[in-house]
Amino acid sequence: MTPLNRKLYRDLWRLRGQVLAIALVIASGIAVLAMSLTSMEALTETAVAYYERYRFGDVFASVERAPEHLADRVRQLPGVQAVDTRVVKSAVLDMAGFEEPVIGHLVSIPERRPPDLNQLALRSGRVPRLGYPDEAVLSEPFAEAHGLGLGGTFRAVLNGNWRKLTVVGIALSPEFVYTIGPGALMPDDKRFGIVWLGQEAMQAAFDLDGAFNTISLSLLRGTEPDLIIARLDDMLGRYGGIGAYARKDQMSNWFLMNEIRQLESLAAILPTVFLAVAAFLTNMVLARLIAMERSEIGLLKAFGYRDRDIAWHYVKFVVGVAAVGIALGWAGGYWFGLLNTRLYADFYRFPFLLFDPGPRAFLIAAGASLFAALAGTLGAVRAGVRITPAEAMRPPSPPMFRRTRFGRGRLFGTLDQPTRILLRQIGRWPVRSALTSLGTAMAVAVLVSSLQWLDSIDHLVDVYFRQAQGQDITVGFANTRSSEVARELARMPGVRTAEPMRVVPAKMRFGPREEREALQGLPAVQELSHVYDAAGRAVNLPPDGLVISTQLADMLQVRPGDRITVEVLEGRRPTLEVPVVATFETYIGSPAYMDIRALNRLMHEREAVNSVHLRLDQNEQARFYRELKVVPQVSAVTLKQAAVDTFYETLAQTLLIFIGFFVVFACTLAFGVTYNAARIALSERGRELATLRVLGFTRREISYILLGEIGFLTFVALPLGCVLGYGLGALILNAFKTELYRIPMAIQMETLGLAVLIILSATLFSAFLVRRRLDTLDLIAVLKTRE
Amino acid sequence: MPPPSPPLAALRTRDLTKVYHSGEVEVHALRGVSLELFPADLVVLLGPSGSGKSTLLNILGGLDSASGGEAWFQDLQLTGLDDRGLTEYRRNHVGFVFQFYNLIPSLTALENVALVTEIARQPMPPDEALRMVGLGERLHHFPAQLSGGEQQRVAIARAIAKRPGILLCDEPTGALDSRTGILVLEAIERIHAELGTTTVLITHNAVIADMTDRVLVMGDGHIIEERHNARRRRAAELSW
Repeated sequence: MTPLNRKLYRDLWRLRGQVLAIALVIASGIAVLAMSLTSMEALTETAVAYYERYRFGDVFASVERAPEHLADRVRQLPGVQAVDTRVVKSAVLDMAGFEEPVIGHLVSIPERRPPDLNQLALRSGRVPRLGYPDEAVLSEPFAEAHGLGLGGTFRAVLNGNWRKLTVVGIALSPEFVYTIGPGALMPDDKRFGIVWLGQEAMQAAFDLDGAFNTISLSLLRGTEPDLIIARLDDMLGRYGGIGAYARKDQMSNWFLMNEIRQLESLAAILPTVFLAVAAFLTNMVLARLIAMERSEIGLLKAFGYRDRDIAWHYVKFVVGVAAVGIALGWAGGYWFGLLNTRLYADFYRFPFLLFDPGPRAFLIAAGASLFAALAGTLGAVRAGVRITPAEAMRPPSPPMFRRTRFGRGRLFGTLDQPTRILLRQIGRWPVRSALTSLGTAMAVAVLVSSLQWLDSIDHLVDVYFRQAQGQDITVGFANTRSSEVARELARMPGVRTAEPMRVVPAKMRFGPREEREALQGLPAVQELSHVYDAAGRAVNLPPDGLVISTQLADMLQVRPGDRITVEVLEGRRPTLEVPVVATFETYIGSPAYMDIRALNRLMHEREAVNSVHLRLDQNEQARFYRELKVVPQVSAVTLKQAAVDTFYETLAQTLLIFIGFFVVFACTLAFGVTYNAARIALSERGRELATLRVLGFTRREISYILLGEIGFLTFVALPLGCVLGYGLGALILNAFKTELYRIPMAIQMETLGLAVLIILSATLFSAFLVRRRLDTLDLIAVLKTRE
Repeated sequence: MPPPSPPLAALRTRDLTKVYHSGEVEVHALRGVSLELFPADLVVLLGPSGSGKSTLLNILGGLDSASGGEAWFQDLQLTGLDDRGLTEYRRNHVGFVFQFYNLIPSLTALENVALVTEIARQPMPPDEALRMVGLGERLHHFPAQLSGGEQQRVAIARAIAKRPGILLCDEPTGALDSRTGILVLEAIERIHAELGTTTVLITHNAVIADMTDRVLVMGDGHIIEERHNARRRRAAELSW
């Protein structure tokens, strides 16, 4: 080993505390990056493999009823590879030991052969046999939630008849990686589940012999789904088609792809923060190391080492530090990635999980951090190498201090000398001090932007569920009913208030833009389900025209006063020109509302409803549920409290773990910055502090000078970090924004306080470590040695 | 143990020993030093490097603890004090002048002195201390704006501003040329004359010994010779 390399190893070992602190910051950045990239890769690969293996369709469409032979015509369309038809219905289920009504999403499965598309991944058991109409396959999460195994039974209302069904299989399907009930925001496996029944059995039960009500297509490679969708819509219109849609708009896939996109945003934003701070830290440490090694550098140059040998020596130092960080980050990234992917796999149900990250994610992460570290130290290395040997071997002249205007001020005159030392030190190296503050501020910011999720989600739940939804339960019907049904429900036990709602599937067009969106009809002044602005105002519906969410207005690029074309996809399928009267801000979805009377008028129908919102007497709830289970044609039941609970439960499983990661990362960041700043200050000013000890200053007093500076810079960093955290949080929330969710920014003071306390603790810990070193200052050495 | 009767020595040691352990090697820096320094003494501790004079000064100054024997400052036993006690002792009774000045670069001359007077019991005003060393005109200069000799005089002002019981100067002219060195010695001489502080000057420059009453010559951890100068020469008369 060459002497320079030996020196390198010893330097790395001597500065191990600082090396580790920087390495941890680098490792955090790499871990977040590798975690996001590997999870992304695993989710994408798993989804692709799953979709391919189980033949997930490319285009989907629903109709009211279409004859089987229509499928042959669809098959003739150019670009269509395979076609599969099914019967899909909803039913109220009665699960043993579960009081509330459960909604089953019933999907037919051919008894004689495997389906051409959307095949089942059977986890156990088999599919229903021909001639056994009461055999059912359950989706795995639903079966788990109710503790049902093979041979288990439950009851279902199929087309108005109670039937006892027996579980013969447990399965997963590429169509239902993410299962979410109608009107729900999160999966609720207790109250909503997929049930597969024999195709012929279902056709018989729902009077659809020789007919289907949904169709799936797979396309030949390179076929544009939009063309097929247009052709399909033409063909299916007269069978009550409500518009075909491509795989990208299929609910389960939409959520999954959205998750992958969010991981992508995560990979772009947060590692950048960590790597920037790591670059700054390596610069800080290396600049100081080179400054302290002036005479060695001079000596090496005097011996004839070339500039580039010396520069290479320090570059290797940086590479060494980065290597430690990369190794830790890789291990952390792999582990976090696996953990994260498993977490997703609980949420998104796959029959298998491909977590076999290629080198790409790790190489990208390592490359980015190495680049950041080297970029951060280039200046220090160049400055260190540039000085002439003679100059390098002379001790540096004492740092020049000047009295500033502030230094002459009356206020400054009242300060004691240690405080003056502290303040002048900050003033003498303003850039370094500012960067130290900024580093700590970034840690606060990362923490604030992670913790703010909890507040923002509380706020969202508060606005969306507590303020806007006055109902306890919403009952949906498969078909449009006379408004009499609302009055019938109102007469059921325990019902205090009932409010009708009419939801109509429609396409809305303005200029070249078109969106599929349900048109929701509500009473002009709502008693239960309020049209609620994000600003907290209830919106009354005008007698004519639409009130639409700003999200929908943005997507269509319309303003109040514009008239949009509404193509209704139900009943007589009228196409109407309707004015937009007002817009309102909402966090979830992109709804469009109308006065229910105006809607019915446009539909040429009298007082029709297909959902009813109800407020219940809590004491009569059980009786109400019992009776609700026998109300015919119920296709959806949404319980507000259950929705809130599952919302929080789901978030607790995912978000809290995610926040936990970031608390650790932010602490690493705060620790890395303050520990390095304090250690560097200590090595630069150890002699000064030892002199003060000789002069009779106590340990506490000299700690004040050193740690007071860190304290001061931290003090500045805290409010700055809160502001930066607000910005970073907004950036992240914006990146996480989808057409479905817009999570509002709603940081509470308590959260800022918590972030500040956590960072202060990390700072205090590093101060404590440095403080211990202050106790072992060599007082005697300072008497003799020159700096 | 009660302190001995008057005349009370300002500093007194008995059989002071100091052993350093460096790896497997034991270094006997002091091998039994007994001495007494009286109020207003101006003593030079002379000896080659490695003779133990710095070790002795460190123990007398409360920077290091002895391995054996006793050291007293007036009625305060230094041997046996813990770190806190030694800090208190240095803070209240000892003035240090270092070979390399050790001024705080971020403080002006006046502030460097005020640094010590702020924590002392009965200090003199910092500007008065600086005037005593002839720096009344340079109160607001930072160390980087002062020459070596001026910096060392600031250090002397800083050491005496607390009115210490004992002033310890470790090679105070070691980093200076002879002309500047003499200016610094004049300052020490004047302080000693005006304040009567017990002063110990460490040097390996035998010429400096001529400005004191008493010279202790150290070698190999012992005091090997004690001389009394019949006539003290003034610092201004010295040359080397």
